[in-house]
Amino acid sequence: MPFEISKEDGPLQSRTWELDRHEGSLVQELKDASVEPLVEPMIEVPDDLKDNMMITSVDALVNWSRKSALWPVSFGLACCAFEMIASAMGRFDIARFGMEAFRASPRQADLMIVAGTVTWKMSPAIKRIYDQMAEPKWVISMGVCATSGGPYYGSYSVVPGVDHIIPVDVYVPGCPPRPDALLYGIMELHEKIKKYRNLPNGPDLSMSGRGSKPEPS
Amino acid sequence: MAVQHLSGQELSERVSAAAPDSVVTESAGVPVGDALWVHAPKVAEVASFLKSDDRLDFNFLNSISAVDYIDHFDVVYHLTSLSKQHTAIVKTRLNGREELSLPSVYHLWRGADFQEREIWDLMGIRFEGHPNMKRIMLWEGFDGHPLRKDYL
Repeated sequence: MPFEISKEDGPLQSRTWELDRHEGSLVQELKDASVEPLVEPMIEVPDDLKDNMMITSVDALVNWSRKSALWPVSFGLACCAFEMIASAMGRFDIARFGMEAFRASPRQADLMIVAGTVTWKMSPAIKRIYDQMAEPKWVISMGVCATSGGPYYGSYSVVPGVDHIIPVDVYVPGCPPRPDALLYGIMELHEKIKKYRNLPNGPDLSMSGRGSKPEPS
Repeated sequence: MAVQHLSGQELSERVSAAAPDSVVTESAGVPVGDALWVHAPKVAEVASFLKSDDRLDFNFLNSISAVDYIDHFDVVYHLTSLSKQHTAIVKTRLNGREELSLPSVYHLWRGADFQEREIWDLMGIRFEGHPNMKRIMLWEGFDGHPLRKDYL
């Protein structure tokens, strides 16, 4: 907390100007810095490990366990959140994928489903929550607003795609996407996780038969 | 019971009796119509009368809105009396584009709080006497007022 709110008399809002301006400058800095979208994330392996270790079937086991219990952090920003909530309810039942535990804390989550319009004012909070999540972590951009700004593309207040702030693994189009679409996006993410090689020199144990996927190293 | 709309002409006599020199007359080049046109500095005074008068009793503020006509701004107040079941529209005009300000009606209707802040945020009209005249949706340090016609 860089600012002390003075204890003087008077209403609280008249004593928080310094804090308000600081908050505004954080938003403005992030906006000025986020001009280009970030590339798709890869798992990074330190150089000294690359030549000394080999993991074979462990990869498959690790990836299987990772993809079978992806815990999402609950992060609903706009109307897409309701479709995300519907996906978690009995009719669509996200629990089939071991994902029924929507965590309120980023420390306990592997997956961030960015559901809804991302505004610049919200973006420092999104970035902070993403940074607080433990590795490995994945991001699904749900709906056109989170993907590209959607109908608000070019607006003064809306981020032109959440990939300007945090790296995104899977984009789910739709306005909002039906729960089926979100579930399909989650299954695509599962396929992607299965392809991860935990060390670059290990064998490719891709079990995918679902068409071409982006190839994380 | 049907809701009755009180036109500007119906209201102007009573308002000018209570708050002299506040009502804009047709001769001043402003259309009268359904709305009561008042001079900008007198808005709070007129609003106070409209709320406190026993026969008018406008105890509910539906909305405040600002309209950008490029060479001037109009600010529109929609009022309703829930007890007397009638409505009225109060309008005022602000000329120019810089350093615009109006008296706040926050102290009469608490519902004006966020709407006046929103108008300041997006249209750049300040409300004097509002206890917390800050941007409400955009961040502090944002350049300009984006709902103005000349933004961008």
